[in-house]
Amino acid sequence: MTDPKINPSIHTSIEAKMRLKKRYKSERMFKIWGQLAIFVSVSFLLLLLSTIAYKGLPAFTHNFVSLPYDMSEIETLDVSELKKVDYDGLVKASIRAQFPEVSGRKNKKLLGGILSSGAPVILREQVIENPNNRNEPLRYKVPISDFADIYLKGHITDETSYEKSDIAQIILDDDEIKVSFASQNFTLIIEQIKSRLINDAQKLREQQAGLILSRDKMQTKISVIDERVKTEDSLIVERLNKEREQLQKNLKKVLAQITKLDKKAKGFEQQALATGTQEQPLTNKDKSALLYLNEAVIKINAVQNNYIRGKILIPFSGAAPEQISDWRLRVLDMPEASRKFLDQEIVWTDELVAKGYVAKKLNWIFATRGASREPEMAGIWGAVVGSFLTIIVTLALAFPLGVAAAIYLEEFAPKNRITTIIEVNINNLAAVPSIVFGLLGLAVFLNFFGLDRSAPYVGGMVLALMTLPTIIIASRAALRAVPPSIREAALGIGASKLQTVLHHVLPLAMPGIMTGTIIGLAQALGETAPLLMIGMVAFVVDIPGSLSDPATVLPVQIFMWADFPEPAFEQRTSAAILVLLAFLILMNALAVIIRKRFERRW
Amino acid sequence: MSDKKKNIKTQKAPVIKMRGKGVDVFYGNKQALFNVDLEIEKNQVTSLIGPSGCGKSTFLRCFNRMNDTIDICRVSGELTLDNQDIYNKEIDVVELRARVGMVFQKPNPFPKSIYENVAYGPKIHGLANNKTDLDEIVVKSLRRAGLFEEVKDRLDESGTSLSGGQQQRLCIARAIATRPEVLLMDEPCSALDPIATAIIEELIDELREKFTIVIVTHSMQQAARVSQKTAFFHLGKLIEEGKTSKIFTNPLNKKTQDYITGRIG
Repeated sequence: MTDPKINPSIHTSIEAKMRLKKRYKSERMFKIWGQLAIFVSVSFLLLLLSTIAYKGLPAFTHNFVSLPYDMSEIETLDVSELKKVDYDGLVKASIRAQFPEVSGRKNKKLLGGILSSGAPVILREQVIENPNNRNEPLRYKVPISDFADIYLKGHITDETSYEKSDIAQIILDDDEIKVSFASQNFTLIIEQIKSRLINDAQKLREQQAGLILSRDKMQTKISVIDERVKTEDSLIVERLNKEREQLQKNLKKVLAQITKLDKKAKGFEQQALATGTQEQPLTNKDKSALLYLNEAVIKINAVQNNYIRGKILIPFSGAAPEQISDWRLRVLDMPEASRKFLDQEIVWTDELVAKGYVAKKLNWIFATRGASREPEMAGIWGAVVGSFLTIIVTLALAFPLGVAAAIYLEEFAPKNRITTIIEVNINNLAAVPSIVFGLLGLAVFLNFFGLDRSAPYVGGMVLALMTLPTIIIASRAALRAVPPSIREAALGIGASKLQTVLHHVLPLAMPGIMTGTIIGLAQALGETAPLLMIGMVAFVVDIPGSLSDPATVLPVQIFMWADFPEPAFEQRTSAAILVLLAFLILMNALAVIIRKRFERRW
Repeated sequence: MSDKKKNIKTQKAPVIKMRGKGVDVFYGNKQALFNVDLEIEKNQVTSLIGPSGCGKSTFLRCFNRMNDTIDICRVSGELTLDNQDIYNKEIDVVELRARVGMVFQKPNPFPKSIYENVAYGPKIHGLANNKTDLDEIVVKSLRRAGLFEEVKDRLDESGTSLSGGQQQRLCIARAIATRPEVLLMDEPCSALDPIATAIIEELIDELREKFTIVIVTHSMQQAARVSQKTAFFHLGKLIEEGKTSKIFTNPLNKKTQDYITGRIG
């Protein structure tokens, strides 16, 4: 550009310094962009992981109930007869024995629902396994129901308790209990009812205002028609009259509605004004209020300044006292209508906990059992075993085939059109959507060869097809990375081609091949779509024991659980994701370790 | 000095170990060697010199058919070992390479122990019946390559942990452990410092007693120092060949003269 003779300081001039500055600036910008990208991806990853962990970790523990079962009938039975015992009845009797006051079919059913519906199954298993514990029945532990578990983990509702010292006069009246107090204790609840009433009234008033607007419109329309009738000729007048008639009819309806709304709203407003002085009902859309009088628990149904009316959830142990001076008010923030765990169930669960029958334990059911419709009876082990069997088949098929194919293509195959086509197609296969492999498996393995549906070995075969291209590509890259000087050295002292490959090239390429294989397997482990096609989405309760037993795999299990509506399944879905992630991290760590361990220099 | 005596001795009855006659080599459509005729005498060091890309390495690699590994490479003409055509279909390339060993430009020991490096050739060719035999071959080869004293305490260390000069001597030990008849060396000292080079050159001179050596070199001094016979290549053609002393003192061809005086190259 510039002649160096004219400008000897070509690299020190101001322009040069500017250029240099620009170069450094672009470098800085690139660094900032890179750091930003990493920051964003890391924070998203952390967010994802922490959400899953927050949701999933509670599922790794569960609350188990140990009841003092009445073993008198089966205590002396021979072990072989223990299979036929009516454990369902045993469990029901034991829980009812805890709450003898419960009567009526509906209430008894509700009470039985505190325990998992799988409780008899678990009890049966435990009794058969440890028959010697029959004289110590508290050692048998059955799972509590999913909602009770969630409640005990504090995920159903927030709550506040108020300890009070005030004289409470108690009057029992059949099912009902009336309590009057010396002072006003329920201002908070009353305020809540009041605001609900005012809110309701306001909504009605808004509705009313809309109707009034349309009423005014109609009235102006009618007056306009009235004006026109005076001037128009007879034919048009007839039409206008008809129109007016229709309008007046509508107007009448609207007026009626307005008065109805007004009346209703007024009713609410009056009620709101009268709260405190007049008794007001506490509906299931309000926060629940429970009154604890000694050992008895009362659900408040109606409230006034210094008086409540309620239903007894847990009765007094003896005759009701006439007067109590210390009591407790408990407010549950989530209204009963918005949750699936009723106040009665909450109180029963608390009672069981208070008696010391409930203990939070590691969730061995989740760790050892297969699928179930009941969240507390559902386990991940079936899917883990299914995944393991499937992956073993995948590895056994894809690794030798893939490595052999890679060695042939890289070291032996002549470079001609056919090998080029094969190469291109292998690379293309790696990009084929996995569901296509599932369809292939369905068409070929199941329909054409008639292999077993839902079997891990078929799943393994499909996943092997899917993983093959990954393994071949990774292995070829690893083989290509071995310096040619090693091949020359071996060939130069008279090793045959196969000896060269097996003795020298393959050992050097092995870390790369292993890494590729493990990454391919990890990919296969997380695959859902192809397995759906070959029926591994089946609801499998039993743990698969062989390669041909029906099975499901972890990602499919996650997919199925994610579909279930129960909140406890939501937790289990996240927990299963955690298990799958742990598996994947383990496999990737293994890949890194193998890579580091066998890495050699040349 | 003692070299000269040997020169005289072998001059009387030159035994032709290998011979190339009318050798043409093509890489695809490009011809790399044109009608090369060269005889390699037994127990002599023959050096191939010439500027870069003149085909001397290509010619060297014809002798043990290393060119076979390059897909597009094609060799025609006659190449013999003990009057036997080595490109004959009946000749097994594995056997040929056992008889014609090779040392490469860049030291390329296997990433295995020093012992394994040397023992590999004898092992695959079944030269040792038992472990003691194998040990003996390894020690002998290392000793002959002048490396044994330096590595005798660490035979199980990786071959790649040695210095460049030691690695090249390890490669020589590996090559001679299979007891070849001919040793091909493709610029064996180009990656080494002068001291390591001097050691290897001395070694080549000693090895001449047992083996027939063909060496490709860029350094004319090296050719002059180690070889008895020199062949000068230029642009794929053999320009001149003859006794080293003659080529370097009184070349017949103008190009040879230009090259050795440094005017081309």
